[in-house]
Amino acid sequence: WKEEDGVGVLGRELYLKSLGIHNGKRRVRGLSSSSSPRVCIVGGGPAGFYTAQQLLKARQNAAVDIYERLPVPFGLVRFGVAPDHPEVKNVINTFTQTAQHERCSFHGNVNVGKDVTIDELRQAYHAVVLSYGAEGNRSMGIPGEDLPGVFSAKDFVGWYNGLPSNKELHPDLSFETAVILGQGNVALDVARILLAPVEMLKETDITQNALEALAGSKVRRVLIVGRRGPLQIACTIKELREMVNLPNTRADMLPADFEGIAEALKDLPRPRKRLTELMMKAVKEGGDDKAEKCCGFRFFRSPVEVLAGADGKRATGIRLALNKLEGSGESARAEVTGQLEDVDCGLIISSIGYKSIPIDPAVPFDPRRAIVPNEMGRVQDTAGLYCSGWVKRGPTGVIATTMNDSFDTAHVLIQDMEAGKLDLSVNKPGAQAITALLQTRGVRTVLFSQWEKINAEEEKRGKSQGKAREKLLDVDEMLKIAWS
Amino acid sequence: RVFNHLNIQLRIVSCILGQTNNECKKQCNEMSSVCLSVYVCVCALSSSGSKVLVHFVNQSGVKTSVFVTEGETLLDVVIKKNLDISSFGACEGTLACSTCHLIFEESVYDKLEPIVDEEVDMLDLAYGLTKTSRLGCQVSVEHWMDGMTVHVPQEINDQQGKQEAVSSK
Repeated sequence: WKEEDGVGVLGRELYLKSLGIHNGKRRVRGLSSSSSPRVCIVGGGPAGFYTAQQLLKARQNAAVDIYERLPVPFGLVRFGVAPDHPEVKNVINTFTQTAQHERCSFHGNVNVGKDVTIDELRQAYHAVVLSYGAEGNRSMGIPGEDLPGVFSAKDFVGWYNGLPSNKELHPDLSFETAVILGQGNVALDVARILLAPVEMLKETDITQNALEALAGSKVRRVLIVGRRGPLQIACTIKELREMVNLPNTRADMLPADFEGIAEALKDLPRPRKRLTELMMKAVKEGGDDKAEKCCGFRFFRSPVEVLAGADGKRATGIRLALNKLEGSGESARAEVTGQLEDVDCGLIISSIGYKSIPIDPAVPFDPRRAIVPNEMGRVQDTAGLYCSGWVKRGPTGVIATTMNDSFDTAHVLIQDMEAGKLDLSVNKPGAQAITALLQTRGVRTVLFSQWEKINAEEEKRGKSQGKAREKLLDVDEMLKIAWS
Repeated sequence: RVFNHLNIQLRIVSCILGQTNNECKKQCNEMSSVCLSVYVCVCALSSSGSKVLVHFVNQSGVKTSVFVTEGETLLDVVIKKNLDISSFGACEGTLACSTCHLIFEESVYDKLEPIVDEEVDMLDLAYGLTKTSRLGCQVSVEHWMDGMTVHVPQEINDQQGKQEAVSSK
């Protein structure tokens, strides 16, 4: 180019352009023709973190902000995974790395739907991903369900795992028999926590009040009840094996429930076959007669009523309807026979599924399936809105299932960016705008480094008790420590 | 290290262990076939443990070949060498997931250490399970594995099918 005044015409033009001055007039414009994509994720559990991880990896200029209602992250990994399964919580290390990524920021203590709306988030970001999971539970829909002594597994698990909203649960463990409805892994977790020797639990991150309640528990017999048969049981073999190997606990099964099962074994795929064989072994061997506790399955039974004692004040039993099976395999259906059976018990836990709820009227919601209607993670009829995890697919699957699902949603979002379906030419303010908006509403967020103060305090308190951690149960206390 | 500004077409392949292993040299030559670069093939970062060549094929069919130290588990290898295999080793080798699922050649599979119940329990939940599948966190590299190829299940485009293939709670 031509040298002029030692600067060069091109050089001067570039300089003026960088100030936004063109042909003598100033233009206000972004520094580049397309902005760095800004994505907002609603929910700081596994779905949220895995979606963030994948977005950050796939787009080197994407910024991702995760909003979480509680001051603490990690969702069901913290509040759902059983205390005696610490290795399952190793994924927290990966989530921590994601949160500490320079293009990622975590904002706790934000109630999306109440403190800020989805529409406000959509204005501040190029895309919003709903990953807020399933905070409700399916109800049995039977009389007596609201009597004292009846709990959802969601609440019972929340209680021993330190979920703040369950800290006042105070389940009465002074009855000999507990009945759990549902036979998935959550049901098996609840049974195991009820029957495990306190020695097995006292070094875990179970809450101190739950540990003390369990130490004084009179529960000696747990029945895990399912609508269908042994071949339809929803738990997996690892959890069944732990149940069978529980110290001082013998199996309490009904051989009648297993009629015809041995013959069906040979045609089963390996995972189902091994699971069934293990159950049949437990039926056959029964277990140590000297064992003080017992645990078993009851099949072909559906709850129809929770029975109250003479004073009608609390649950003292449950009435079950006996079913017969129509069809076979995974799609077999339970049909009523008309026969009934009453079981005396003082603790009833319904473990028949978590359930998502709608958090913002602007977001489509399918009340029948209790999910956000979507096509491969793209929310129906709503450009720029996506979903991942249980709110997308329904509340089933282990962490790895959610991981794969979140990666799929991230992939679809990236595809939409690259296909021009999201307008990246518009600058979006992201967290800066949302934090400012929240401030005007009196809401202060908890940053990841502030969660780390809560984390350090929990580990410190746990150490003095010989436990992995002592979880804080009170949101106000969490906030006080976070902002100290 | 690449010395682009030198403008010299130089190909030095020198193994610091002085190995004249043909595989090693072939690998280095393939790497250094880009002009204007000087490559030194560093075959070993540690002097202890012999090096075993393992080929990994990821979910998209892309093959990566690495030299690994005897005694390391295949999960350790994927993590340490930062191989491009998506979502590998979520539970960090504690038999609490099935994400380090690897598919072996039959001849290699038959010679692996016998599998225990706890590994089968988790493997049974893995997507794309085969008759020669094992969990990478349970398989330690041994010298006789030199030159073996391990796969992860190939990605399928049908996302619905992939979701259904994973077991439910």
